[in-house]
Amino acid sequence: MNLRNAFVLFHVSLRSSVAGLALLAPTLGDAQAQIAVRGETIHTAAGAPIRDGVVVIRDGKIAAVGPAASTPIPDGFRVIRAKVVTPGLIDAHSTVGVSGMLNQKQDQDQLDKSGPIQPELRAVDSYNSLDPLVDWMRSLGTTTLHTGPGPGALISGQSLVIKTAPQNLDSATLMVDAAIIGNIGPEALSGSKDKAPSSIAKSIAMLRSEFTKAQEYRRKLGVADVEKRPARDLHLEALSRALDGKEALLITVQRHQDILAALRLAEEFHLRLILDGAADAEQVLDPIHKSGFPVILHPSMARAEDALQNASMGTAAALQKAGILFALQSGFESYVPKSRVVLFEAAIAAGHGLPFDQALASITLNAAKILGLEGRIGSLEPGKDGDLALFDGDPFEYSSHCIGTVISGVVVHEGAK
Amino acid sequence: MTLTSGARFLSLSLAVLACLVAGHARAQEKAIALIGARILPIQGSPIDDGVLLVQGGKILAVGPRASVPIPADAEQRNVTGKVVIPGLIDTHSHIGLTGGAVNERSGPLNPDMRAVDAVDVRDPSLQRARAGGITTVNIMPGSGTLMGGQTVYLKLRQGRGIDDLTLRTPSGRVAGGLKMANGTNPQGDPPFPGSRAKAAALVRERFLAAQAYRDKITRAKGDPEKLPARDLGLETLVEVLAGERVVHHHTHRHDDIMTVLRLKQEFGFRLVLQHVSEGYKVAAEIAAAGVPCSVIVIDSPGGKLEARDMDWKTGGVLEKAGVLVGFHTDDPVTDSRLLLRSAALAVRAGMSRDGALRAVTLAGAKMLDLETRIGSLEVGKDADFVLLSGDPLSVYSRIEQTWIEGLKVFDLTDPKDAVIANGGFGAGNPRLSTLCCFGNHGGDQ
Repeated sequence: MNLRNAFVLFHVSLRSSVAGLALLAPTLGDAQAQIAVRGETIHTAAGAPIRDGVVVIRDGKIAAVGPAASTPIPDGFRVIRAKVVTPGLIDAHSTVGVSGMLNQKQDQDQLDKSGPIQPELRAVDSYNSLDPLVDWMRSLGTTTLHTGPGPGALISGQSLVIKTAPQNLDSATLMVDAAIIGNIGPEALSGSKDKAPSSIAKSIAMLRSEFTKAQEYRRKLGVADVEKRPARDLHLEALSRALDGKEALLITVQRHQDILAALRLAEEFHLRLILDGAADAEQVLDPIHKSGFPVILHPSMARAEDALQNASMGTAAALQKAGILFALQSGFESYVPKSRVVLFEAAIAAGHGLPFDQALASITLNAAKILGLEGRIGSLEPGKDGDLALFDGDPFEYSSHCIGTVISGVVVHEGAK
Repeated sequence: MTLTSGARFLSLSLAVLACLVAGHARAQEKAIALIGARILPIQGSPIDDGVLLVQGGKILAVGPRASVPIPADAEQRNVTGKVVIPGLIDTHSHIGLTGGAVNERSGPLNPDMRAVDAVDVRDPSLQRARAGGITTVNIMPGSGTLMGGQTVYLKLRQGRGIDDLTLRTPSGRVAGGLKMANGTNPQGDPPFPGSRAKAAALVRERFLAAQAYRDKITRAKGDPEKLPARDLGLETLVEVLAGERVVHHHTHRHDDIMTVLRLKQEFGFRLVLQHVSEGYKVAAEIAAAGVPCSVIVIDSPGGKLEARDMDWKTGGVLEKAGVLVGFHTDDPVTDSRLLLRSAALAVRAGMSRDGALRAVTLAGAKMLDLETRIGSLEVGKDADFVLLSGDPLSVYSRIEQTWIEGLKVFDLTDPKDAVIANGGFGAGNPRLSTLCCFGNHGGDQ
């Protein structure tokens, strides 16, 4: 099978560039249709928009993208038409599928408060691909979710990158253990004076102490004498992957002092950070820029409360002007609405000074770059997954509809949403 | 503590600002003419290149440029290219209810409680509402009890205290309705109802008590010996029974909606259904009962069991059924700066554009018994209006100015107002989150 070989090749190349990521070969089954999408405007996220363009998808992968006049549609391909076509949307940070729609005890798996630092908890072990919110996101153009533990603990677990396809878990999974998820700030405190951490300084002390243990664990694993190596420890094993940046630490830090604390921690332990939330980012643009770390900004419409009291619908535009790589996210919501939607969050950013192309990139190619998956998703280019979102007008306009969603060449949503 | 102090400082400076403005809060003397905008008066057809003339806090004239004479001494403002609509009316909000003032969970029935005693009008959430074009708001207690208390209708004038913002009914009392709720939010351990049937029974008993109280007063014919001891809660319910105070009833599920309609039938009160998430399932029944609906629009369903079947189509389905439809923010559930967005998402799901704009203006005014005064740009009505950069239902349009009774209360070109409108450092909110405790007692809003 050519297809399978291609996946293996891809698997190897990504492994070499983003070490430590477990990649599963994606197979959406044999049902992959041979389809072509013809759009009045195609935003590829990899160059100027194409007027009257075609995207040809063969065996789940993009085979060709270009003007209709010069891009032939092979015989027998199903042709779908849309006014506007974009890459499938990528939700750079979500809790969908882990924090269920109903918000009842039995469907809330995003936070285990039994310990403040639990990197060994994996989203892959708690993701519910059939939660109605997965379907909801799919119907609004989201084809890939980076989902997992929510905020509220110093380290709450490891995340998962998964397609929103209604198939079983393994075939849709892009990355298991995508990132370690952490949180520094008032929302990650114990809430009780006699239970740690009840302060930010203690939070940092605990993280430093734990990463120091992970350093020691890693050192001992390398000793020559097998008998002297420590027993396998899932907790320290996960943390040690974050050392030297083998696995990213996505750290939710809303306030400026918490952002700086995270950067300090990264410097000490050579962590590769993804700064998450970053409500106060505009106060510390220089240190963020200097660090080279990307930002997954809080939802544009996040409530301006508590640690987010300085949140702004204009921060996305400010990050773009500062030349900082950033994406938008649906984030975590504890009540109603149970999740935000990246399409709408990017729309609000676009309405508050972020240029259209940059707003689209924040939920497509730039999100893929932050997740280390730009070789596979995020733009409409030959060789990438056939993931598309179809609209009947400007995707960001309130009254437009997402009229189709395609994942690996399979139409997974049709109708005006 | 730095941030908290900063927030306090901000709230102080806002307060100082409010004081300065309040000095001439009810005195718009000079006529102002807004010239050249596209005016959407809501009552009547859109007017291109229009003139809106206001003086003394009222609308003097509205119409095409050619047909509206502008007094020589009027202040002329060229607003060519802009769009002018009536001030928005948020029929359900919790702005200004700081520090847990939303719900009183010591008992399930609190008709004696008044929102007017709890709203902090200097809270930044009020300026956020002005930034969202909201000029009149129904601030309500929460839905954590069957009867949350008396709501208060406020004009979002810049004022020193709440008395500068209240409206009066023809009888002279502070305008407002009664907040009620059913479904899961008001449930709990005794004395709270443990079931829907118990909730309805508790409410019916209290209304029966109010009827008895009313009848006793009637029979006493003013004889102090025969008059019952004054009961603040029953007194409020007597206003409700007389139709002088509208019930704003939180309800989501189709069966809970029907329960509210049943109670209305039994006790004859005037009613606005609030949230109405499953209203599309019982649209015909709601229409037959002649009950207006103030609908919530949220970005995704769920978050609680009753919002599972929420659908953006509710507004359009109810509109087609002939129901008077409004929208609300339920701030902080949705953001006061984005009330127009709720109307626009309803259009996305099938509601007419005219209906959606009417919903956040004139329909809202009707739900608050204020339609003779606000809700449309008509001669003699209050000069409450919003100036936008473009189509009110577009994500790319910005609200540039908000005016109440001829005075500007929000201006996007003012850096302080821009921080409120966009967010950012200094927009800090001194209040505690009202979303802290849902798991403990079944919901606040």
